[in-house]
Amino acid sequence: MAAPQTVPVETPEVEEVPDLDRAWVTIVWNDPVNLMSYVTWVFQKLFGYSREKAEKLMLDVHHKGRAVVSSGPRERMEYDASRLHGYGLWATVDRP
Amino acid sequence: MTMFRRSGRTLVARFTSVDAQVLRQCVAELAALLSDRLDRDDPAVERLFPDAYPEDPDDEAEYRRFTEADLKTTKLDQAKTVLTDLLESGGQAGGEVHLDEAGADLWLRALTDVRLALGTRLGVHDDTDIQSELDDAVLRDPTSTRVGQLSVYAYLSLLQESLVGALTE
Repeated sequence: MAAPQTVPVETPEVEEVPDLDRAWVTIVWNDPVNLMSYVTWVFQKLFGYSREKAEKLMLDVHHKGRAVVSSGPRERMEYDASRLHGYGLWATVDRP
Repeated sequence: MTMFRRSGRTLVARFTSVDAQVLRQCVAELAALLSDRLDRDDPAVERLFPDAYPEDPDDEAEYRRFTEADLKTTKLDQAKTVLTDLLESGGQAGGEVHLDEAGADLWLRALTDVRLALGTRLGVHDDTDIQSELDDAVLRDPTSTRVGQLSVYAYLSLLQESLVGALTE
Protein backbone atom coordinates (compact mmCIF):
# COMPACT_ATOMS: atom_id res chain seq x y z
CA MET A 1 0.00 0.00 0.00
CA ALA A 2 1.20 3.42 -0.77
CA ALA A 3 0.59 6.50 1.17
CA PRO A 4 -1.35 9.16 -0.66
CA GLN A 5 0.91 11.63 -2.43
CA THR A 6 0.99 14.83 -0.58
CA VAL A 7 3.06 17.92 -0.78
CA PRO A 8 5.66 17.70 1.95
CA VAL A 9 5.05 20.20 4.64
CA GLU A 10 7.91 21.93 6.35
CA THR A 11 7.95 20.90 9.98
CA PRO A 12 7.94 24.03 12.06
CA GLU A 13 10.79 24.48 14.51
CA VAL A 14 8.42 24.72 17.44
CA GLU A 15 5.87 22.02 17.04
CA GLU A 16 3.29 23.36 19.39
CA VAL A 17 2.87 26.39 21.52
CA PRO A 18 2.15 24.98 24.96
CA ASP A 19 -1.10 26.10 26.48
CA LEU A 20 0.31 27.71 29.61
CA ASP A 21 -3.11 28.02 31.17
CA ARG A 22 -3.54 24.27 31.28
CA ALA A 23 -0.10 23.43 32.53
CA TRP A 24 -0.90 23.44 36.25
CA VAL A 25 -1.69 20.58 38.59
CA THR A 26 -3.05 20.02 42.07
CA ILE A 27 -1.07 17.46 44.05
CA VAL A 28 -2.23 15.62 47.16
CA TRP A 29 0.52 14.39 49.48
CA ASN A 30 0.47 11.44 51.81
CA ASP A 31 -0.15 12.20 55.45
CA PRO A 32 -0.24 9.82 58.40
CA VAL A 33 -3.54 10.99 59.85
CA ASN A 34 -6.19 11.00 57.15
CA LEU A 35 -8.13 7.76 56.77
CA MET A 36 -7.94 5.94 53.44
CA SER A 37 -11.74 5.67 53.27
CA TYR A 38 -12.09 9.38 53.96
CA VAL A 39 -9.56 10.41 51.30
CA THR A 40 -11.35 8.25 48.72
CA TRP A 41 -14.67 9.82 49.68
CA VAL A 42 -13.20 13.36 49.39
CA PHE A 43 -11.88 12.67 45.87
CA GLN A 44 -15.30 11.38 44.81
CA LYS A 45 -17.10 14.28 46.40
CA LEU A 46 -14.88 17.14 45.20
CA PHE A 47 -14.02 15.92 41.72
CA GLY A 48 -16.96 13.66 40.89
CA TYR A 49 -14.58 10.76 40.30
CA SER A 50 -15.87 7.19 40.26
CA ARG A 51 -15.14 5.15 43.34
CA GLU A 52 -12.62 3.15 41.31
CA LYS A 53 -10.71 6.22 40.14
CA ALA A 54 -10.85 7.84 43.58
CA GLU A 55 -9.50 4.66 45.19
CA LYS A 56 -6.69 4.43 42.67
CA LEU A 57 -5.68 8.03 43.38
CA MET A 58 -5.89 7.43 47.13
CA LEU A 59 -3.64 4.36 46.80
CA ASP A 60 -1.19 6.37 44.67
CA VAL A 61 -1.04 8.97 47.43
CA HIS A 62 -0.62 6.26 50.03
CA HIS A 63 2.06 4.19 48.26
CA LYS A 64 3.91 6.77 46.15
CA GLY A 65 3.62 9.63 48.60
CA ARG A 66 1.73 11.91 46.22
CA ALA A 67 -0.68 11.99 43.31
CA VAL A 68 -1.89 14.55 40.80
CA VAL A 69 -5.61 14.82 41.43
CA SER A 70 -6.52 17.54 38.95
CA SER A 71 -4.97 19.62 36.20
CA GLY A 72 -5.97 22.78 34.41
CA PRO A 73 -5.69 26.54 34.64
CA ARG A 74 -3.83 27.90 37.62
CA GLU A 75 -6.83 29.64 39.22
CA ARG A 76 -8.79 26.42 39.06
CA MET A 77 -5.94 24.50 40.71
CA GLU A 78 -5.78 27.05 43.51
CA TYR A 79 -9.52 26.62 43.98
CA ASP A 80 -9.09 22.83 44.09
CA ALA A 81 -6.25 23.13 46.60
CA SER A 82 -8.32 25.39 48.84
CA ARG A 83 -11.25 22.96 48.74
CA LEU A 84 -8.90 20.08 49.61
CA HIS A 85 -7.50 22.16 52.48
CA GLY A 86 -11.10 22.62 53.59
CA TYR A 87 -11.30 18.83 53.89
CA GLY A 88 -7.97 18.64 55.69
CA LEU A 89 -5.99 17.08 52.84
CA TRP A 90 -2.43 18.20 52.24
CA ALA A 91 -2.56 19.74 48.75
CA THR A 92 -0.16 21.89 46.75
CA VAL A 93 -0.29 23.63 43.38
CA ASP A 94 2.50 23.07 40.92
CA ARG A 95 3.52 23.35 37.32
CA PRO A 96 5.04 20.05 36.17
CA MET B 1 -17.84 3.13 72.24
CA THR B 2 -20.12 5.46 70.34
CA MET B 3 -20.14 4.92 66.57
CA PHE B 4 -22.23 6.17 63.66
CA ARG B 5 -24.69 4.00 61.79
CA ARG B 6 -27.10 4.66 58.99
CA SER B 7 -30.82 4.85 59.64
CA GLY B 8 -32.60 5.52 56.34
CA ARG B 9 -31.25 8.83 55.07
CA THR B 10 -29.87 9.80 58.45
CA LEU B 11 -26.54 9.07 60.15
CA VAL B 12 -27.05 8.41 63.82
CA ALA B 13 -24.74 8.10 66.80
CA ARG B 14 -25.92 7.55 70.33
CA PHE B 15 -23.24 9.21 72.41
CA THR B 16 -22.44 7.94 75.85
CA SER B 17 -21.74 10.77 78.25
CA VAL B 18 -18.01 9.94 78.35
CA ASP B 19 -17.68 9.91 74.55
CA ALA B 20 -19.69 13.12 74.24
CA GLN B 21 -17.43 14.82 76.78
CA VAL B 22 -14.25 13.58 75.12
CA LEU B 23 -15.36 14.82 71.71
CA ARG B 24 -16.61 18.09 73.13
CA GLN B 25 -13.28 18.74 74.83
CA CYS B 26 -11.29 18.05 71.65
CA VAL B 27 -13.52 20.17 69.44
CA ALA B 28 -13.46 23.00 71.98
CA GLU B 29 -9.64 22.90 71.92
CA LEU B 30 -9.69 23.06 68.14
CA ALA B 31 -12.10 26.00 68.27
CA ALA B 32 -9.77 27.79 70.69
CA LEU B 33 -6.83 27.20 68.35
CA LEU B 34 -8.84 28.67 65.47
CA SER B 35 -10.22 31.59 67.45
CA ASP B 36 -6.86 33.19 68.06
CA ARG B 37 -4.56 34.76 65.54
CA LEU B 38 -2.99 31.79 63.75
CA ASP B 39 0.34 30.86 65.25
CA ARG B 40 2.39 29.70 62.30
CA ASP B 41 5.05 28.29 64.63
CA ASP B 42 2.53 25.76 65.88
CA PRO B 43 2.90 22.56 63.79
CA ALA B 44 -0.81 21.84 64.23
CA VAL B 45 -1.67 25.19 62.64
CA GLU B 46 0.79 24.48 59.83
CA ARG B 47 -0.95 21.19 59.15
CA LEU B 48 -4.46 22.68 59.24
CA PHE B 49 -3.40 25.45 56.87
CA PRO B 50 -0.84 23.83 54.57
CA ASP B 51 1.14 25.77 51.99
CA ALA B 52 -0.21 25.55 48.46
CA TYR B 53 3.16 26.83 47.20
CA PRO B 54 5.76 25.47 49.62
CA GLU B 55 8.62 26.53 47.34
CA ASP B 56 7.47 29.99 46.41
CA PRO B 57 6.99 32.45 49.29
CA ASP B 58 5.48 35.15 47.06
CA ASP B 59 2.91 32.86 45.49
CA GLU B 60 2.19 31.39 48.92
CA ALA B 61 1.62 34.83 50.44
CA GLU B 62 -0.79 35.65 47.62
CA TYR B 63 -2.60 32.33 48.01
CA ARG B 64 -3.00 32.85 51.75
CA ARG B 65 -4.23 36.39 51.25
CA PHE B 66 -7.13 35.04 49.21
CA THR B 67 -7.93 31.82 51.07
CA GLU B 68 -6.75 31.81 54.69
CA ALA B 69 -9.44 33.95 56.29
CA ASP B 70 -12.27 31.97 54.69
CA LEU B 71 -10.66 28.65 55.54
CA LYS B 72 -10.20 29.70 59.15
CA THR B 73 -13.81 30.92 59.45
CA THR B 74 -15.14 27.72 57.86
CA LYS B 75 -13.12 25.48 60.17
CA LEU B 76 -14.19 27.46 63.23
CA ASP B 77 -17.86 27.41 62.18
CA GLN B 78 -17.66 23.64 61.68
CA ALA B 79 -16.23 23.15 65.14
CA LYS B 80 -18.96 25.34 66.65
CA THR B 81 -21.67 23.41 64.80
CA VAL B 82 -20.37 20.10 66.16
CA LEU B 83 -20.39 21.57 69.67
CA THR B 84 -23.97 22.78 69.15
CA ASP B 85 -25.04 19.39 67.76
CA LEU B 86 -23.56 17.67 70.79
CA LEU B 87 -25.20 20.12 73.16
CA GLU B 88 -28.59 19.72 71.50
CA SER B 89 -28.30 15.96 71.65
CA GLY B 90 -28.10 16.09 75.44
CA GLY B 91 -24.81 17.74 76.30
CA GLN B 92 -22.77 16.23 79.11
CA ALA B 93 -25.31 13.46 79.58
CA GLY B 94 -24.79 12.21 76.03
CA GLY B 95 -27.57 11.52 73.58
CA GLU B 96 -28.36 10.82 69.95
CA VAL B 97 -26.84 12.91 67.20
CA HIS B 98 -28.74 12.79 63.91
CA LEU B 99 -27.02 14.03 60.76
CA ASP B 100 -28.19 14.46 57.19
CA GLU B 101 -25.62 14.25 54.39
CA ALA B 102 -24.60 17.88 54.72
CA GLY B 103 -24.26 17.47 58.46
CA ALA B 104 -22.16 14.34 57.99
CA ASP B 105 -19.92 16.23 55.55
CA LEU B 106 -19.40 18.97 58.15
CA TRP B 107 -18.74 16.49 60.96
CA LEU B 108 -16.21 14.60 58.84
CA ARG B 109 -14.30 17.82 58.18
CA ALA B 110 -14.38 18.81 61.85
CA LEU B 111 -13.29 15.33 62.96
CA THR B 112 -10.47 15.53 60.42
CA ASP B 113 -9.30 18.87 61.82
CA VAL B 114 -9.40 17.54 65.38
CA ARG B 115 -7.43 14.43 64.39
CA LEU B 116 -4.91 16.46 62.38
CA ALA B 117 -4.25 18.75 65.33
CA LEU B 118 -4.07 15.87 67.80
CA GLY B 119 -2.06 13.64 65.47
CA THR B 120 0.47 16.42 64.95
CA ARG B 121 0.80 16.97 68.70
CA LEU B 122 1.27 13.23 69.24
CA GLY B 123 3.91 13.03 66.53
CA VAL B 124 1.93 10.49 64.50
CA HIS B 125 3.89 9.49 61.40
CA ASP B 126 3.50 7.00 58.54
CA ASP B 127 4.72 4.01 60.49
CA THR B 128 2.93 4.81 63.71
CA ASP B 129 0.90 1.94 65.08
CA ILE B 130 -1.44 3.67 67.51
CA GLN B 131 -2.17 0.51 69.45
CA SER B 132 1.49 -0.28 70.11
CA GLU B 133 2.20 3.39 70.90
CA LEU B 134 -0.60 3.18 73.41
CA ASP B 135 0.73 -0.06 74.90
CA ASP B 136 4.19 1.50 75.26
CA ALA B 137 2.78 4.65 76.84
CA VAL B 138 0.71 2.62 79.31
CA LEU B 139 3.78 0.62 80.34
CA ARG B 140 5.78 3.80 80.91
CA ASP B 141 3.09 5.66 82.84
CA PRO B 142 -0.57 4.70 82.67
CA THR B 143 -1.60 8.07 84.10
CA SER B 144 0.30 10.18 81.55
CA THR B 145 -1.34 12.74 79.30
CA ARG B 146 -0.01 10.82 76.31
CA VAL B 147 -2.01 7.72 77.22
CA GLY B 148 -5.18 9.81 77.36
CA GLN B 149 -4.43 11.60 74.08
CA LEU B 150 -3.56 8.40 72.22
CA SER B 151 -6.78 6.77 73.44
CA VAL B 152 -8.79 9.77 72.29
CA TYR B 153 -7.02 9.79 68.93
CA ALA B 154 -7.72 6.08 68.45
CA TYR B 155 -11.36 6.58 69.38
CA LEU B 156 -11.85 9.56 67.07
CA SER B 157 -10.29 7.58 64.20
CA LEU B 158 -12.84 4.79 64.72
CA LEU B 159 -15.67 7.31 65.06
CA GLN B 160 -14.71 9.01 61.80
CA GLU B 161 -14.28 5.66 60.05
CA SER B 162 -17.78 4.69 61.18
CA LEU B 163 -19.22 7.94 59.79
CA VAL B 164 -17.49 7.53 56.40
CA GLY B 165 -18.68 3.92 56.31
CA ALA B 166 -22.27 4.81 57.22
CA LEU B 167 -22.31 7.68 54.73
CA THR B 168 -21.01 5.65 51.78
CA GLU B 169 -22.76 2.34 52.47
